[in-house]
Amino acid sequence: MLAPPNLSYLNAKTGIRSWLLTTDHKRIALLYFASITFFFAVGGIAATLIRFELITPGPTLGSPDFYNRLFTMHGIIMVWFFLIPSIPATMGNFMIPMMIGARDLAFPRLNLASWYFYIAGGIVTITALLLGGVDTGWTFYEPYSTFYATGYVILTVFGIFLSGFSSILTGLNFIVTTHKLRAPGMTWYRLPVFVWSTYATSLILVLATPVLAMTLIMLLVERVFHVGIFSPQLGGDPLLFQHMFWFYSHPAVYIMILPSMGVISELVPVFARKPLFGYEFVVWCSIAIAGIGFLVWGHHMFVAGQALYASLAFSFLSYLVAVPSAVKVFNWIATMHEGWIHFDAPMLYAFGFIGLFTVGGLTGLFLAALAVDVHVTDTYFVVAHFHYIMVGGAVMGYFGGLHYWWPKITGRLYPDYWARFAAILAFFGFNLTFFPQFILGYLGMPRRYQSYPPEFQVWHVLSSAGASILAVGYALPLFYFSWSILKGKRAPANPWHATGLEWTTPSPPPPANFEETPVVIRPPYQYDREGNPLMQADNG
Amino acid sequence: MAERATSFQYATLTQQRETATLGMWAFLSTEVLFFGALIAAYINYRIWFGAEFIAAASMTKVALGTANTAILLTSSACMASAVWSNEAGSRRGAVWWLVATAALGVAFVGVKFFEYSLEYGERLVPAVNFDSTRYSGATEIFFTFYFCATLLHALHLLIGVGLVGWLIHRIGRRGVDDGPATRLIGLYWHFVDIVWIFLFPLIYLAGRNG
Repeated sequence: MLAPPNLSYLNAKTGIRSWLLTTDHKRIALLYFASITFFFAVGGIAATLIRFELITPGPTLGSPDFYNRLFTMHGIIMVWFFLIPSIPATMGNFMIPMMIGARDLAFPRLNLASWYFYIAGGIVTITALLLGGVDTGWTFYEPYSTFYATGYVILTVFGIFLSGFSSILTGLNFIVTTHKLRAPGMTWYRLPVFVWSTYATSLILVLATPVLAMTLIMLLVERVFHVGIFSPQLGGDPLLFQHMFWFYSHPAVYIMILPSMGVISELVPVFARKPLFGYEFVVWCSIAIAGIGFLVWGHHMFVAGQALYASLAFSFLSYLVAVPSAVKVFNWIATMHEGWIHFDAPMLYAFGFIGLFTVGGLTGLFLAALAVDVHVTDTYFVVAHFHYIMVGGAVMGYFGGLHYWWPKITGRLYPDYWARFAAILAFFGFNLTFFPQFILGYLGMPRRYQSYPPEFQVWHVLSSAGASILAVGYALPLFYFSWSILKGKRAPANPWHATGLEWTTPSPPPPANFEETPVVIRPPYQYDREGNPLMQADNG
Repeated sequence: MAERATSFQYATLTQQRETATLGMWAFLSTEVLFFGALIAAYINYRIWFGAEFIAAASMTKVALGTANTAILLTSSACMASAVWSNEAGSRRGAVWWLVATAALGVAFVGVKFFEYSLEYGERLVPAVNFDSTRYSGATEIFFTFYFCATLLHALHLLIGVGLVGWLIHRIGRRGVDDGPATRLIGLYWHFVDIVWIFLFPLIYLAGRNG
């Protein structure tokens, strides 16, 4: 402990300029971590207020207009400023070069630029929200958003537009890095699954985000100049807006979930001390999800008036996209079969992910069924479904990955007892928050309503009680992670007995990641009979 | 024996070049979807409004559009020649072909703005002076798309002119460019040209077969 710390990316340079002008992917990942945590807190506060508001059937905290602005702010912040960048921009940024044996991403300056775009978009959007916010919902449906909404639509949309550049630059960087900067011996089938998942995610980032950008430009043109594009009173087609919006926003769901699946695919083999079952299936399922995910957007519009035959096709394709997702779940379970399972905190999050994602995925099939969807469209059933995917799935994976790579990123260990406690608390809090919402929705409670009939109150109170537990589960890591930075034990290079290249280098890593470019000699997730890891490259 | 790369994350200069090229292609794929979204929305209305859109399209200045197509195609040929000259090691050739490319790019934008001024005179500019007593609502939507598409294209072209200007300065001062920059800017320039090749028939020619 008293030995002087090795030279690492954290202490190689000091001063605020060395952080704000850094091109080191590890430092940029930390910049993203800090800013994403801020936005997660803002979105979380909005969620807390929503759950507080819904404890009573009538208005509790403010007017219906206030409530509309509240859930809109929650949606916008959580979707574009937390979930979309969450795992790729933080752990992806940090780990992809390390996992493939590179010294940095292909374009380090673009990487820094992406963070500045993210911050600029964030500042503009937060400004709009502070000035009074918007009441359109995060979906900005036409013609409401251009001709009727009274809030700061223009400013908010512009903020989201700016943050899109951040998505595109990050995705572009990851694609090129994965193609061109792999270390000798790192073939495609030796890549850790996390790299494949972020690669698939990057394809969506690069190909879907520009469509959102154009859609938002058209929305802005219509709102600013009052000329017809989508608004029916000027001859336009509001359904066209929905098509274009969901052409981005449905694949965006896969931007959120695919990186999480990648994290889980890292965690399960390591904590079961076994190779990942069906590696090729898992990686090609990521690509399949990214591909098919582009063809399912119309399932958001079953009752919006699109053609029945279009709905049939979208329904079928939505069932189809569930297949590769299910294959992954079976592969994780098969990996654990007869494994030597270690119940460390990251693995508990992985368990949480698998269970909650399965519930979210299966209820997605309810919604993909044309007849059932008519009954539950725009109800809390939908709200519960996508929170099982985005919070139960994506956020569980985010915390799982954070707990897994924390010792590598900071060079410190955290108190395992508290971490396991937080994981279990989050799991129970989550279920108590969102399971009642399935029932509420099935009984007919519409989403986005401040007031509701008194017979629904018991479910809302249960949900709000769960939210308070969930909030504690999410706040705890802030405390023990802070403690670990100040007082935690120093982490060894490979505390979890993992096999990837990122674990062959000291914790925290030196500025150039590796002393020498590693030569990869075997696939990931290999263990000998005693459960000792067989590293992908022999160190030194 | 491979040359050393100029940035620390690469092992060889070849790897650095290939990486930059792939990066540009990835960026262009983003751009394809960006313009693709606008074009898809336009085609949707073109089919929906049918005859009204054809009537609106016949108000565009097809002679100027055709002239601009010729100008832009020529500029792409100049750009290709510039890339070729640069690789052949001719500094003078590269600079002059690039000057021609940029000049044609500026000429395109000039013609485009002349065209805008004619449309302004006919009170066809939505949100500025569109005369809804003379023209239908579908015509306004057509011209909204027309201005969005051509202005975004012109913006991309002006960025291209800026990049070519930077390249002229660099090659003029330091001699032929041995990195990937010339080739990458060439790719970008051709892409902007291709966007116009899609916009020109969709906006000016569709339905004009009389």
